[in-house]
Amino acid sequence: MLKEALVNKLDYDELSNCMRCGFCQPACPTFRETGYEAASPRGRIALMKAVADGVMEPDKDFVDQMNLCLGCRACEPVCPAGVPYGQLIEQTREAIEEVQEHPWWVKAVRKLAFFHLFPYQKRMYQLGGFLRFYQRSGVQKAVRKLGVLSILPKQMREMEAIMPEASGKGIVDFFGGTVIPAVGERKYRVGMFHGCIMDVLFHETNRNTVRLLSEAGCEVIIAPDQVCCGALHAHSGEREQARHLARKNVAAFHKADVDIIVSNAGGCGAMLQEYDHLLAEDAEWQEKAQWFAARVKDISEVLALLVEPKAWQSLPQRITYQSSCHLRNGMKVTKEPVNLLQAIPGATYVQLREGDRCCGSAGIYNLVQPEMAGSLLDEKMSHVAATQADILVTTNPGCLLQMKAGIHRAGLEGKMEAVHIVDLLARVQQEEKPLSTPE
Amino acid sequence: MLPESIREELRAIVGEKNCLDKQEALVAYSYDATPMQQALPDVVVMPKSTAEVQQVMRAAARHHIPIVTRGAGSNLCGGTIPVGGGIVLVLSRMNQIVEIDEQNLTITVQPGVRTVDIHQAVEALGLFYPPDPGSMVISTIGGNIALNSGGLRGLKYGTTKDYVLGLEAVLPNGEVIRTGGKLMKDVAGYDLTKLLVGSEGTLAIITEAILKLIPKPQTQRVMLAMFADMAQAARSVSDIIANRIIPGTLEFLDQGTIRVVEDFKQIGLPTDVAAILLIGQDGEPQTVDRDMERIAAICEKNDAVQIKVATTAEEADEVMTARRSALAALSRMRPTTILEDATVPRAAIAPMVAAIQEITERYGLQICTFGHAGDGNLHPTCMTDARNTEEIERVEHAFEEIFAAAIELGGTITGEHGVGIVKAPYLEWKVGAAGMEIMKGIKHAFDPHNLLNPDKMFAKQSRNRVVVQRA
Ligand SMILES: Cc1cc2nc3c(=O)[nH]c(=O)nc-3n(C[C@H](O)[C@H](O)[C@H](O)COP(=O)(O)OP(=O)(O)OC[C@H]3O[C@@H](n4cnc5c(N)ncnc54)[C@H](O)[C@@H]3O)c2cc1C
Ligand code: SF4
Ligand code: SF4
Repeated sequence: MLKEALVNKLDYDELSNCMRCGFCQPACPTFRETGYEAASPRGRIALMKAVADGVMEPDKDFVDQMNLCLGCRACEPVCPAGVPYGQLIEQTREAIEEVQEHPWWVKAVRKLAFFHLFPYQKRMYQLGGFLRFYQRSGVQKAVRKLGVLSILPKQMREMEAIMPEASGKGIVDFFGGTVIPAVGERKYRVGMFHGCIMDVLFHETNRNTVRLLSEAGCEVIIAPDQVCCGALHAHSGEREQARHLARKNVAAFHKADVDIIVSNAGGCGAMLQEYDHLLAEDAEWQEKAQWFAARVKDISEVLALLVEPKAWQSLPQRITYQSSCHLRNGMKVTKEPVNLLQAIPGATYVQLREGDRCCGSAGIYNLVQPEMAGSLLDEKMSHVAATQADILVTTNPGCLLQMKAGIHRAGLEGKMEAVHIVDLLARVQQEEKPLSTPE
Repeated sequence: MLPESIREELRAIVGEKNCLDKQEALVAYSYDATPMQQALPDVVVMPKSTAEVQQVMRAAARHHIPIVTRGAGSNLCGGTIPVGGGIVLVLSRMNQIVEIDEQNLTITVQPGVRTVDIHQAVEALGLFYPPDPGSMVISTIGGNIALNSGGLRGLKYGTTKDYVLGLEAVLPNGEVIRTGGKLMKDVAGYDLTKLLVGSEGTLAIITEAILKLIPKPQTQRVMLAMFADMAQAARSVSDIIANRIIPGTLEFLDQGTIRVVEDFKQIGLPTDVAAILLIGQDGEPQTVDRDMERIAAICEKNDAVQIKVATTAEEADEVMTARRSALAALSRMRPTTILEDATVPRAAIAPMVAAIQEITERYGLQICTFGHAGDGNLHPTCMTDARNTEEIERVEHAFEEIFAAAIELGGTITGEHGVGIVKAPYLEWKVGAAGMEIMKGIKHAFDPHNLLNPDKMFAKQSRNRVVVQRA
């Protein structure tokens, strides 16, 4: 039963630490949208505690409310009591998942994605290769022409429209090896976390990451046995599978003996940095998990430390920045990306109003909660349009796709492009190739 | 349990979506920021207009259903706990700024507007609404008015009551009254405006307010002064005021709080000092500079160990960090944080802090004190664990003695958090038997059937201690 599962999983001490001050409420997108106490962090914690205390039965409304949470964790940094809301919602979702009966097709899709696809990088590349074929062979064009896509929900159609070109090869294939030497004197030995989707849909970003690191004096090790970080699993209640993946990654990077483990996706990075919590009850892995978690850094932190912006080319454009939730609230990285963008010669940095608010992407949230995600995205795009920027920078693939979808939806195509920070920095560091301008 | 027909009636007034009785909603509106208090309402109603409030009130009166009005539920006195069930009337949907009148320097607002939104709206026009409760990012103006909330600027600028010029309110029989207006002078009859300010939702439901604005001060500066001895800090407070300087901010942290803050933030506070004063001034640049110099001299004369005057915005921020982190630092110590509120004449701060320390030690508890030294409003804050019933009982006895000590020193049981259910048993200590009688008479005149926020302010029996309840 859900009640028992929740009582077992929820950290009662942390639930008690919430003093119900409500300081988290103005930061919460779902509360701002609804003005409803239950749709706020304080409310959700109160609901969890009410279940743990036996005041309330965890009914359908309870589950719906937990699913409506974006998991953006904007509530954490503003909480005076330091309540780790992210962990509480994951515990709740794990309990829900344990007892939930999905319809057969949802079960099949979840099983396929969470257990047979994401954990196996080779299969991700195969899927990438298939996607690439779909995109290149003219099938995509034909499909679009035939209007077959109209059977898909709007959100999915929008995603299909902005899907970047996939690749069947990862960066190991591209560089033909797992060790890329540093240019010049070696400053650090850096383990590159290439991500599962990242290495298929954003292979160029991954390539640029390696290049920028190596040019900044890092020997880059692409630990060969690494797997998906498990963030999507943990956020969807599959914590056990997330633990399984975590152990694999910890082992892979421990073996590679690196100084720093770098991630270029805020969502993955925050998960990697919490492996010590995820494996807290696993005595055998605790020490190594701590070793691992302490080394995880975002690419922007490493570059801010090592690169010399003076050598960059001038980019006379307006740039704005949407900060991704897990990078900001999970990894606590806020200044470095902005500092890097502000250092680009010739560029004008414009602050995005509420650039620290969730864009509604949140893993697969935009697919399962289209209504809330849609209204959050529309609000976001109104602020984005107001910046009149040429380039909208993000630091996480999910956010990047959502921003592309947003640009499409707001009719800003041709006026503005969404770019991963790594790709933008690679652009200004590129000497030979002329700079591309937004199409 | 409310009969279905009444729910039906309420749904018809505010609409299906704004009348909630599912479990989730009842739990979500069963608490506020008061530790250890919780009770489920029967139904949650969210009106969008004064007319809807009137109809809800009429329905409630017809069926004798208690109504608890709620803003953001950030109060610390149990003011929005529906102890007798009934309706929780949430006013957060009535959140429009109706008008900013730059000719008359007033702002007219609905009750659900957040305090911080009022600040932002008027400051953009070079105007100023001074009351700034620590909870202003969440609290609503309706809640501020109903509790007469104060803040860091209370000493120089006063509290909410000093800025409310007029109100629109719905009486328990559904009638609407309008008090005051855009007037600086008005002596026509009893001052119902002032009566409703601080009435804690027991007399009427405030549905609109006209607030006074003032010009925004030009500059602001801050300093920290550290003292080896509590009495010297307290003397500095008296000396500053005796020297005819009224600082914009005059806050204080005791040694316990300083240690916890330093442990939490590592901002380089000396942990062996007995007290820190955070002093700020705002106004014309020359006046501010002159006041800051004079204040520093007074603190030095009273043997301040160290004085840190902020010269840049970053330094000012650093200095403010000490005060701002106090609650966060304290609340991370133990699971339950009880932030209380007792006020004494400012000359009595040193004996009051000494009394709190003595009581804390005698009961073997962890209580740290910080607060608004300038107006004598102290926040003894207890770090405890609600699950430890034996300790909680000691906490209750200790606070009872703290309130008694405040009264003895010529103070009061609450300076800004209100009476609610938490302080109801002690109200008579402050106002006396005759005071209680006249207050009950006023309540009866407004609300003869005792429908609005019953059991708040007036305890059922005198001095029944608030008992911790856990299901
Ligand atoms: C961390 C923290 C810091 C705080 N700092 C301060 C501070 O510095 N100074 C201070 O004074 N308080 C402070 N408070 C207490 C509280 O936030 C304030 O008293 C605030 O004014 C409450 O506003 P609210 O909108 O949350 O009201 P609520 O908590 O919702 O309601 C408070 C009371 O007002 C009544 N009420 C609400 N709206 C109406 C209405 N429209 N008509 C009639 N009655 C109504 C309710 O019935 C209740 O009795 C603090 C609280 C917290 C948690
Ligand atoms: S800010 Fe933290 S302590 Fe306050 S209500 Fe939210 S979660 Fe609870
Ligand atoms: S994670 Fe985001 S959506 Fe969920 S409660 Fe916290 S702030 Fe709100």
